[in-house]
Amino acid sequence: MAPLPIPDILFVIASVALITSAVLVVTIRNPVRSVLSLVLCFLFTTILWLLLQAEFLSLVLIFVYIGAVMTLFMFVVMMMHVDKRMLSEKFVSYLPLGVGLLVVFVGLIVYALHHHNFTKAAYVMPHFPANYHNTESLGAVLYTHYVLAFEMASVILLVALLAAISLVFQGRQSGKSQCVDKQIQAKKKDRLVVIDMKSEAP
Amino acid sequence: MLDQCFALLWIIGKIICVLVPVIVCVALLTLLERKVIGAMQVRVGPNRNGIAGSLQPICDVLKLLAKELIIPSKASRYLFIIAPVLALAPALAAWAVIPFTNDWVIANVNAGILVVFAMTSLGIYGIIIAGWSSNSKYAFLGALRSVAQVVSYEIAMGFTFVGVLLAAGSMNLREIVLHQSGGIWHWYFLPLFPLFVVYWISAVAETNRAPFDIAEGESEIVAGFHVEYSGIMFGIFFLAEYANMILVSALAALLFMGGWLSPFAGIPYLDHWFSWVPSVLWLVLKMSFFIFLYFWMRATFPRYRYDQIMQLGWKCLIPVALVWIVLVAVAVQMGWIFH
Repeated sequence: MAPLPIPDILFVIASVALITSAVLVVTIRNPVRSVLSLVLCFLFTTILWLLLQAEFLSLVLIFVYIGAVMTLFMFVVMMMHVDKRMLSEKFVSYLPLGVGLLVVFVGLIVYALHHHNFTKAAYVMPHFPANYHNTESLGAVLYTHYVLAFEMASVILLVALLAAISLVFQGRQSGKSQCVDKQIQAKKKDRLVVIDMKSEAP
Repeated sequence: MLDQCFALLWIIGKIICVLVPVIVCVALLTLLERKVIGAMQVRVGPNRNGIAGSLQPICDVLKLLAKELIIPSKASRYLFIIAPVLALAPALAAWAVIPFTNDWVIANVNAGILVVFAMTSLGIYGIIIAGWSSNSKYAFLGALRSVAQVVSYEIAMGFTFVGVLLAAGSMNLREIVLHQSGGIWHWYFLPLFPLFVVYWISAVAETNRAPFDIAEGESEIVAGFHVEYSGIMFGIFFLAEYANMILVSALAALLFMGGWLSPFAGIPYLDHWFSWVPSVLWLVLKMSFFIFLYFWMRATFPRYRYDQIMQLGWKCLIPVALVWIVLVAVAVQMGWIFH
């Protein structure tokens, strides 16, 4: 018997599951389940990337996006109280805008990706030898050819970080936060007064 | 195709060879923990079943298996059932890349340290989904606490990994250990001592163990995220927690304590006298030390308050790790150490 083409089978399974879970993200009404299907979506993406032998990117996708970003997302969504009736009303009223945006973005993507990207010749599974290090080659490209773009992206992220903080930070407030130094330095005589009293009969 | 079937069977055989000892270890650890903490607090610990309580784990497992599984009527049924599996699966999957000796490893992958890190960060989903799907206030609070804590300490833990892979120049766990060969003074816990401490504290926090066990916090929120679970579903959470503890201890031994390397290498006479010891035994001994440390910390320290946990993670561990990474990077670049 001929050997099974395992990478091809995995590719078909992962891509079908990826598309299904991506559709579920939009169609599921419960926000927490919607976030969970987004997590599934990322998981199947990592399988596709592993098939391309991009192990660094796929593992980083797992621990940055699934492990950190999506858990924070879950954190917010879990505490949200969503009125489901309002959702369906909004769905109808925002439909024209959504369809318009969809057309614009699909148009942009079709314009950006030329048609020769969709021929069979463009879809050959890459195969690198066993001593190929995805991390090293990524680093070599990132810190030589694209160092300027890389630094610019990090500065933009820093600006976004500072902007988010300055939007939320409203000056130092006398909140309920504790000062650990003061807590540690507290002595018995600061907190406690022992009074001499004669015992009394009730 | 027959070859592929054999290859698959071979892999499954190797997986069984790793996972069965891990699960047996978990059973023994539950007994050991109660005995050790009992001794530290001048109590007896379990002593009724078997000789000196040695059959206690088996009785516990039988009790958990025999209990009724209760699913709360307002819970989301499927997520409630799948949550313990999601907690256990990553804890066991990460063992695929852990090398036990120079050539005992299921998958010797280049990005081994990243695989372990990815798997430990996936484990949080079991806790979140358990907390949310139970539809209970206590479980929900436990899940929220756990998310905030794990996300904060993951950052510090990731930075310690960066320090180690800068020193070793590789993300392959086997090569990281081999880079430490040549004697106990070559192990990374000496040059990377601050990172070692940061790693251990954040590892304890990652596994939600005392003194960082606010996710369970039995004095405040009953049992936290698994308060609605009964029988063997609770048992699976327990198994996942202990499997994670063993995993984190193995990682500490591999990254900072020279893995399976003998501590007497390079010392005259001692090196020769201890050359008969199988190398896997050294790894097991080092892991046992870290697991003992877990019990010791649990018996000694009171639980941290929530704001103190956040303060320790963000204002203390992360700055220390960042500064030490810069120092290590400079040292490696100048060729002072880690050739």
